[in-house]
Amino acid sequence: MFAALANPQRFMALSRWFAPLLGAGAVACALAGLWLGFAAPEDYQQGDTVRMMFIHVPAAWLSMFAYACLAGASFFGLVFRHPLADAAARAAAPLGAGFTFLALLTGSLWGKPMWGTWWVWDARLTSVLVLFLFYLAYIALQAAIEDETKAARAGAILALVGAVNLPIVKFSVDWWSTLHQTASVLRAGGPAMPAVYLAPLLLMGLAYTLTFGALWQVRVRAEVWRRRAAVLQLRNAG
Amino acid sequence: MRPLGILLRRELALAWGGGGGPLLALAFYACVATLLPLAVGSEPQRLAAIAPGSAFLALALASLLPLERLFERDYEDGALDLLALGGPPLELVCAVKCLAQWIATGAPLALLAPVVAIGLGAPPKLAFAIVASALLAGAGFAFVGGLGAALALGARRGGLLIAVIVLPLFAPPVIFGAGAIEAVAQGLNPLPALAYLAAYCLAAVAAGPVAMAAACRNALS
Repeated sequence: MFAALANPQRFMALSRWFAPLLGAGAVACALAGLWLGFAAPEDYQQGDTVRMMFIHVPAAWLSMFAYACLAGASFFGLVFRHPLADAAARAAAPLGAGFTFLALLTGSLWGKPMWGTWWVWDARLTSVLVLFLFYLAYIALQAAIEDETKAARAGAILALVGAVNLPIVKFSVDWWSTLHQTASVLRAGGPAMPAVYLAPLLLMGLAYTLTFGALWQVRVRAEVWRRRAAVLQLRNAG
Repeated sequence: MRPLGILLRRELALAWGGGGGPLLALAFYACVATLLPLAVGSEPQRLAAIAPGSAFLALALASLLPLERLFERDYEDGALDLLALGGPPLELVCAVKCLAQWIATGAPLALLAPVVAIGLGAPPKLAFAIVASALLAGAGFAFVGGLGAALALGARRGGLLIAVIVLPLFAPPVIFGAGAIEAVAQGLNPLPALAYLAAYCLAAVAAGPVAMAAACRNALS
């Protein structure tokens, strides 16, 4: 599948239809998820603030998923030397940083009414903050090296080194005793919440994932266009 | 092994030769430690509570200083090309450079760390724990820092970039190093924290040189 997509021509032909399709799917899922989310009854403990979950939890999922995509694309770029994989890694980083920032922001806004504090230095919050810093370091490194191929490969090495943080983020709530709760959807014995909350949460998760997929493709397309423009410019100059 | 021994001696000589070696990092460490009581207030109780932790934080910052020249110097004058073409693999060359960095800067800083911590009001019985965890963490700082230095080769404003790349990676040694000191201060067993710290350093020593060599080859290509 990757080998077929690695052809820029084929990728451009496919993503031309695929990206808007994913975008439309994202809007549909978000509308349905928000509708169900607002229609869900108030939680007996959290009251109305339980609805924060529908925008916070998917953002946190995507912060890790985007990093996994970044690391995966970096691996393909580093091992198979494919320029489209470099473009994909480069395009995924700001999106992932955005989702991580959203997760930190909404978590902080949710923490104030529920925990009584905007921020605590517990393992989950700190490891997600470190994840955000890794995104920033990756973007800074890419921006500081002028030669694009070299920047892509240096960034790929950094992205793969930073991937050790992913399991730490995931399991931080199990390894250390933290204020943040443990996993309540993907766990042994099934999700620990009634369907009336689970359905909007999963719909919003799908909406965030489709948004990421659509924006990622749009950004890779923009990168391909930019390179073609640069080649044309060089040709006309010579 | 002989070329690597010569390389180690060269690195140490360069560290001592240009600008007084570890003295600059030691002076920086002392300066940061001096500013700390001025910033948080000099009441002994308040200082004593944060002394070991802030001594460790200043240690991490001081370890950043020599990183910028670690590969940049050899990259600029072409020595890195020769090292890459030479007999020993580039991975070992990188490991030796980081080892020299640890001996020339990490160890002197580790010896200064208890002085700084006790000066800030930490109880003297912590001195041994501070030296042990600072020495171990210094190895991690050197090998992980070397990766940042190699990645930033040929970049604009490399020094600042190295700090941004490396400081998130310094989180585990700071957590476990300061944790071991805190455990001794509370009369608990520091060995679990020291074991985690040692595991981090071993992972850095094992994986760091491979990534460093890849980054150097990328910069040289």
